[in-house]
Amino acid sequence: MSAPTTESRSGGERLGRLLNLVPYLLARPGILVTEAAADLGVSDRQLREDLELLWVCGLPGYGPGDLIDMAFDGDRVTITYDAGIDRPLRLTQDEALALVVALRMLAQVPGVQNREAIERALAKIESAAGDAAAGLPVAVRMPGAGAERVAELQGAVQRRRALQLTYYTATRDEVTERVVDPMRVVVAGGFAYLEAWCRRVEAVRLFRVDRIDSCVELEEPAAPPPEAQQHDVSEGIFKPSEELPLVTLRIGRWARWITEYYPCERVIEESPDRWLVSLRASDLDWARRMVLGLGPGVTVIAPQALVESVRVEAGQALAAYGRMEPT
Amino acid sequence: MSRNRTERLVNLVICLLSTRRFLTAAQIVATVPGYEHNAEDPREHEAFQRKFERDKAELRDLGVPLETGTASVFDTEPGYRIARRDYALPDVHLEPDETAAVGIAARLWQHAGLAAAATSGLLKLRAAGVDVDVHATLGVEPVVTVDPAFPALQTAARERQEVRFDYRTPEDDAAQTRRLQPWGVVSWRGRWYVVGHDLDREATRSFRLSRVVGAVTTVGQPGAFQSPPDTDLISHVARWSGPVEHPNRATLLVRPGRAAGMRRWAEEVVPGPDGDRMVISYSEPDAFARWVVGYGADVVVLGPDDVRKATIARLRDLVDALDSVATEGAAAEGATAPVGARTQP
Repeated sequence: MSAPTTESRSGGERLGRLLNLVPYLLARPGILVTEAAADLGVSDRQLREDLELLWVCGLPGYGPGDLIDMAFDGDRVTITYDAGIDRPLRLTQDEALALVVALRMLAQVPGVQNREAIERALAKIESAAGDAAAGLPVAVRMPGAGAERVAELQGAVQRRRALQLTYYTATRDEVTERVVDPMRVVVAGGFAYLEAWCRRVEAVRLFRVDRIDSCVELEEPAAPPPEAQQHDVSEGIFKPSEELPLVTLRIGRWARWITEYYPCERVIEESPDRWLVSLRASDLDWARRMVLGLGPGVTVIAPQALVESVRVEAGQALAAYGRMEPT
Repeated sequence: MSRNRTERLVNLVICLLSTRRFLTAAQIVATVPGYEHNAEDPREHEAFQRKFERDKAELRDLGVPLETGTASVFDTEPGYRIARRDYALPDVHLEPDETAAVGIAARLWQHAGLAAAATSGLLKLRAAGVDVDVHATLGVEPVVTVDPAFPALQTAARERQEVRFDYRTPEDDAAQTRRLQPWGVVSWRGRWYVVGHDLDREATRSFRLSRVVGAVTTVGQPGAFQSPPDTDLISHVARWSGPVEHPNRATLLVRPGRAAGMRRWAEEVVPGPDGDRMVISYSEPDAFARWVVGYGADVVVLGPDDVRKATIARLRDLVDALDSVATEGAAAEGATAPVGARTQP
């Protein structure tokens, strides 16, 4: 990631922390050093070093009455003199941006609870950030479709209740019934997903909400087993695994969009308008439907089984029309 | 940063916050520990000046509003001070449910730089006395992430500074350099776009951030243009990708138990001796035919005629292409746009 404005300030990190530490402690007289350290994301030792440094700083004159002063009571600390740094620094543009954009996204999530609280918080943060958030040229809109279903699923997550789902699996083109133990609802790449332990396949699955055809909350509690771990979705929902079959296609320019739509392992330019594209397919039947749908400008190079199944299926489909109305 | 330097900077901030008068560099040297040097010695003085410049830059990077001015009309040398109202975060009073929302929002960032900024922002709110429950959850979590081009484009839009970047669409191998007056950055359906005035096309254009190749460079001065007043940024992006209408109806013959993906959209399914008769709505015959062809022999179009013809034509092209590949190993060129508008309603 190249974000020099946000990432090059580790040098000033301690200084920033020190300037905020005094007002932080001022607001919490007698706080445990360990608690403050955990809150500020530093070790106890680091926090004690920070406090020692602050102890020798203060107002010009630098006499006993000018220096920042604090009282220790066992493991607790209280600021007794703040030397004028009694307020934290204003939010920087990046800080305001990060908080405001994340809140706007949160407020846009279809079916989110407490939307009103999120919007109130957003207004207060924008106002506190002042110039740093003024005229922020960032707008966020998420698809509003499926909001009711999301709210329903979210309710089940919070009530910790198992769900009976009717779910369409696109890769296998089948609709199945299954009982799942909901874990959370995630919104990524413009889609909402229910992450749940699926009792049918005995694994954690992400169910795309618009593919849940029906959903019934059961009386029994959700009980995801200890091995049910949340997926890391930061790099995208579909992470092609090396175990899946590698499909290689030769495509023309008009089908080039698939290289942006599906994660591709390789894109090789053979000529100015012909490419060799390799991608992982979770299911060869899915790959066959995709290739047939893409049409005549796409040639399957590998695997051979897909070459055959596309040929057979296309021939049979055409024959079906021939049977009905001979030309 | 060394302990000495950190200590010196904390003292400098406290000193400049406590003064109403602008303090000159010489006055600061005489006051704040750590700047002592022999001003008569040119080398020492030069070293001090470099040190002082670095310190000022450090404070400005941190967001400390360092004011420059002169204490009186007789002063020739500039002085420095920090105005408390510009320095201090204003009072923030958050209700518990608002605090929870801020706490959740702050940890949604997947982008390293902005995640750090969110964390340090949250820390300032805590320093202002806000108690954030770090374990709060809303049950729905958006993945909040941005493309690498985001920070530069966002800043340029805010500064109203022209940008130049290389842009590659999937239909094109060579990236093209585009020149843009960016009005703003938009997240629409999980993707980021920049909207603005394209200086080469002389028209409003939006660009997908994931297609920007390499670094974004700024051109010219900030404040170089004005965005049109009351611009609804979203509308410029949403125009190209709004919902698809399905005003037409087709009748299909579907093998029992097959084509589940189509059955989900069926308006009517009537089982018959040779398969299920299914009525389904669609938008445009060619795109619909592509979807049908994907299901191969499982789905046969009964009508209307244009859909049926489009489907047969596609299948025939497909079979011909497969035959020619089999005989001469050459690929034929085919029709047009993406499939799948329906699989992602």
